[in-house]
Amino acid sequence: MDMKRHYYEDIQIFQKPVHVFWFVILLIGLVILPLVTRNYTMSLVNFIAINVIVTLGLNLLVGYTGQISLGHAGFVAIGAYATVLLMQHLGLNFFPALVLAGFVAAGFGFLLGLPALRLEGPYLAIATLGFGMAVTQIIGRSTFFGGRMGLKVPKINIAGITLSSDKELYIVIISITVLMAFAMRNLTRSRVGRALIAIRESDIAAETLGVNLAWYKTLSFAVSAFYAGVAGGLLAIIFGYINPSIFDFVMSILFLAMVVVGGAGAILGSILGGIVVTFLDLKLNAVTSMPLIGDLLREISTRWMSVSGLPNFRSVLFGILLILFVVFEPHGLYGIWLRIKKYWKTWPF
Amino acid sequence: MNDFFTVTGLTRTFGGVVAIDALDFAQKKGSIFSIIGPNGAGKTTLFNCISGIYRPDSGEICFQGRRIDGLKPDAIARHGIARTFQNLELFFRMTTMENLMLGRHIHMRTNIWHGLTMFHKNSTAAREEAEHREKVEHIIDLLDLQSARDVPVGALPYGRQKLVELGRALALEPSLLLLDEPSAGMTSDERQDLFFWIKDIQQELGVSILMIEHNMQMVMDISDRVLAIDFGKKLVEGTPEEVAAHPEVIKAYLGED
Repeated sequence: MDMKRHYYEDIQIFQKPVHVFWFVILLIGLVILPLVTRNYTMSLVNFIAINVIVTLGLNLLVGYTGQISLGHAGFVAIGAYATVLLMQHLGLNFFPALVLAGFVAAGFGFLLGLPALRLEGPYLAIATLGFGMAVTQIIGRSTFFGGRMGLKVPKINIAGITLSSDKELYIVIISITVLMAFAMRNLTRSRVGRALIAIRESDIAAETLGVNLAWYKTLSFAVSAFYAGVAGGLLAIIFGYINPSIFDFVMSILFLAMVVVGGAGAILGSILGGIVVTFLDLKLNAVTSMPLIGDLLREISTRWMSVSGLPNFRSVLFGILLILFVVFEPHGLYGIWLRIKKYWKTWPF
Repeated sequence: MNDFFTVTGLTRTFGGVVAIDALDFAQKKGSIFSIIGPNGAGKTTLFNCISGIYRPDSGEICFQGRRIDGLKPDAIARHGIARTFQNLELFFRMTTMENLMLGRHIHMRTNIWHGLTMFHKNSTAAREEAEHREKVEHIIDLLDLQSARDVPVGALPYGRQKLVELGRALALEPSLLLLDEPSAGMTSDERQDLFFWIKDIQQELGVSILMIEHNMQMVMDISDRVLAIDFGKKLVEGTPEEVAAHPEVIKAYLGED
């Protein structure tokens, strides 16, 4: 075993040189990716990266602090609208607007965190669900926000270059995603993250050790909302057009699925969950046009059920997936990854 | 009297049940003060009032000259009062080191921004982290917990879990340490070690200890003063010998003949 010489080695991100090696490989992969793929694939990758950002934030709240939110689509909507409106009305550049939108979302997160202090479990779930729905209802009824028709997103300019293709946007989005993943990893291994985990494990003990529950719980909501807000701003850019129906209840549920499937309380879990669930979601959306399965499902659907119900197949499958993970692999894909790692450690013995 | 730690006229009821009934006592700085009494006498309720988990109905709790009753638990921790729990309130999925680091929480300054930007070894948060890990290492040494250092606490045997909880309270560097049945569930060897550690904590670290304990041998050997309560009321308070000789205590502990 390697000898530790400094206490920082306890908590450093790359515990062994081999970790640095794999990270560099990953970075090279991310750089090469746009050179070897089509524009359509890049739009998929962008969408996945944005969902990873939301999952990172939601995991802080759900996985680390042990709270729940069924309304994260609301924060994403706030971030998206704030970014667009700040650019349109105040004439801000994209980056300042994005950061400010993150803070606007964080502000709402803080406000939602206040009543959440008195709520737990299913009650908190209902309260956050109500919040998410209220946001889209309010946006949909106000002409300032473009109502049901939505808003057109202005083209973004960075240093005089207008970004339009998915490959150009990829550079911006993936840099932000990597930075925010690292920031989240930093937070969770610091004093603040430790306090949040302590609240999840035993709030009474955390309190008697001097952790201010009210402050840290609302802080967790705020940081989580900040991540969702920034993701919302990026989402607006890749969509080019936003309206309230994008940020519906199903979106919130999908974010929660990403956390559970990926692994609650793990950064790698957020990343894996974001990738896998987004990918599945996009593929299942077009399930009827898939070879073999598509025809089979249409056949089943027309024979025993209604034809119009077929798109719901996606929700059914996600429901099954969630149940299976909660029952058989509560640590999600991250748990599976840990077991694979353990197995290979002593291979071939 | 003294003004280190005093409880005056403390009362706490649950519905119609009076758990603590106008209780008075005072503890001297640097002493070991034990509270004994049968199950349901109100001992743990008293601890919960002191550490702010329950709000007393009436009465005063003063610590180092300041009223602390009615404050939130985290504010009381910042006043320098730490505690352990009768039925372990550990962070079971965190390692021993991380559990003890929570004890350093009030001594650390890392905020959300420092945390997010802990990118390298020389960042503010990382330097503070290393500094406090070193302090926690001393407590791990003191309580012989080296082998448990990086093990999730949930995987440790019960006796060691109790020690981790003691260590976590110590990491807070309290002036007053509340121990709720520290020796419960321990083997006689572990109890022997615990006895010396509690003595060390009092004498070498200068921490005052307020302790609930059922093991009379330990109470008699270690305490400077003993308070016996029943039905939330004071039966008797005095030196261990005085309390042991009191007829009500003999009745409660040995039974009538």
